[in-house]
Formats: sequence, C-alpha cells, structure tokens
Amino acid sequence: MKRFLFLVPALLFAGLLVAFGIGLTMDPTILPSMLIGKPVPAFNLAPVRPGDQGLARADLGGEPVLLNYYASWCVACRAEHPMLMRLRSEGVPIHGVDWKDAPADGDKWLQDRGDPYIRVGNDQSGRTGIDMGVSGVPETFVIDKQGRVRYRHVGAITQDDWANKIAPLMQRLKAES
Amino acid sequence: MKRLLLMAAAFAALAGPAAAVNPDEQLRDPRLEARAHELSRTLRCVVCQNQSIDDSDAALAHDLRVILRERIAAGDTDRQAVDYIVARYGSFVELKPPVQGDTLILWFGPLALTLLGGAGIALHLRRRARLAAEPFTADEEAELAHLLNSDAPKTGTLKSGGPA
Repeated sequence: MKRFLFLVPALLFAGLLVAFGIGLTMDPTILPSMLIGKPVPAFNLAPVRPGDQGLARADLGGEPVLLNYYASWCVACRAEHPMLMRLRSEGVPIHGVDWKDAPADGDKWLQDRGDPYIRVGNDQSGRTGIDMGVSGVPETFVIDKQGRVRYRHVGAITQDDWANKIAPLMQRLKAES
Repeated sequence: MKRLLLMAAAFAALAGPAAAVNPDEQLRDPRLEARAHELSRTLRCVVCQNQSIDDSDAALAHDLRVILRERIAAGDTDRQAVDYIVARYGSFVELKPPVQGDTLILWFGPLALTLLGGAGIALHLRRRARLAAEPFTADEEAELAHLLNSDAPKTGTLKSGGPA
C-alpha cells in the first residue's frame, strides 16, 4: 500500500486534467435554467398577428410543446427559422414569443418568412422572457403536459440538437401522464 | 514633460467612473437610488458575463437595472431584490458567489489544499528528523566504512533519507 503512495500526486494531477478537460469544452455562456421542473410563470401576451389572441400561460400544457423565443432583429433566429418551419410541418407543436420587439416587426417576420407557430405573443418589454430566465434569442423551452419547464435550449436549434436532445425528450414527455 | 504629466493627471481626475446607468432609469429618492446602484454593481450581466449590470450596456442589463429599482422602490430589502433576479437567472448572477452546496469547493478548496499540503510537508519533515536521529546499525556502520575506504560500487543496505 505504502509503496504506491508516490502515485497519489500523479493521480490527483490526472484528476485535475480530466476536470479541466471537461470544463474547457463546456460553453460558459450557457447557464442552467432555474425553472427546470417548475411550472411556467404566469403571463398573458398581446398578439403578434393582427386580430389574433396572442399567447397566455393557460395555452401551455395538455401536450408537450416547444416555446420558442424569437425577434425580428435577431440574426441567429434567421438561421433557426427553416428548422422551426420543418418541425411544424412534421407536426411538432410550437408556440412563439416575439421578444423585445415591436408587434408589427414580429408580424412582418412571420409574413415574410413563414409562420411556424400555433400561437404567438408579443413580449415588447421583455418581462416574460426575464421571468423565464431568457438571456437572449433564440431560446427554446420544452414544456410538458403539466405546463412545467423540462428543458431550455439556448441558441438556434440545429438538426443535431433536435435529433439527439429535444426529439427524444418530447417522445418521453408524450408517454408521461 | 511636467506640464504634460499634470495635464494627464487632471484628465484622469476628471474622467471618474463611467456609469452605464441612464438618467431615465434612476430613482428619484437618492437614498434608494444609492442602494440600487450599489446592488447593481454586485450583479452579473448574463449577456456580457464579466461585467456587472451596472457597467453593461446590454439591453437585458438595462431591463434588470430597471427591475432592481422597481423592487427597491416597492420596499424590498437588498436581499429580496437580489433574490428576485437570482430566482430567474441563478446564483451565477451574483458576482460574489454565496456560500452554498455547489460553491463549497470554490470557497474552501484553497484552504483544504493548503492544509493538505501543509500536513504533507509536516509528515515529511518529521520523518526526516526521525531518520536523522536514528543511529546506524552495525551492518550499516560496516558498509559505510567499506564505502568510504574503497571505490567499490555500493551494495545498498544504507537507508535512504539518512545522512549521506
């Protein structure tokens, strides 16, 4: 036993290397959500589409849905938009929040590029986003049948994100009661 | 040269800390405003992460400054106002991390390492002192004499760590 004591510092160092290796490959800009497992905070947002009914907390729940934050001024949202259109055409339910944006601009975005949302609300003050811990757009939350936040995705959803993280989670949530 | 230095000093004195707090965000009550200002310097902007929301020009930092002032004006204590933001963005936004489960290593890791290292050094020193104090056995004395009196390669029963 004592003969191998000299290995202890080397093992400690190896442990440090592993810890640093993991730490350095993580993206420090992605913060964990405080809301995982908790119900979506109450909100009631004005419509983006003229004459529409907007989006309220009561619209969430029942079936697992995606809640996507976007803005007309957001460049990464342009990259994400075709993905949302594809998911919608495949029958994935998506609600939208137009964050820190004028409703008219948010509406023009949907008219110009296509509208992937079931319901969409305007959060011009950004307060609903802040209640959800949004740090920028695009951000997407996976909401379960009970209206609880189960996952937060920061940045545009890529095919990889969808296939490996979000789609399997949606499948699992569908099986929940 | 002296004049140039004087001028530089004057400009430096004039510059003061640049504040991102816009006049329209400030509270009317200077005491409340001072509290809000102090607090906003302790909160991290989640957009540009190594700036406080007081320093940051990001739109979200502006919103958080306004929210902080709303909470203060509504009668929140400093802790309540900070907790309001922590509840949304996590304790990561506190530039001075609170002592809690996931920050124990951060707070006490250096102390633990120092104690561990100190204990290691103390053990080592004690062992060395003990070995130095121990007299040689007859065998060791014999080998030492042999080594000192010949050029033959040593055969190796001498204790390591003993006096050479």
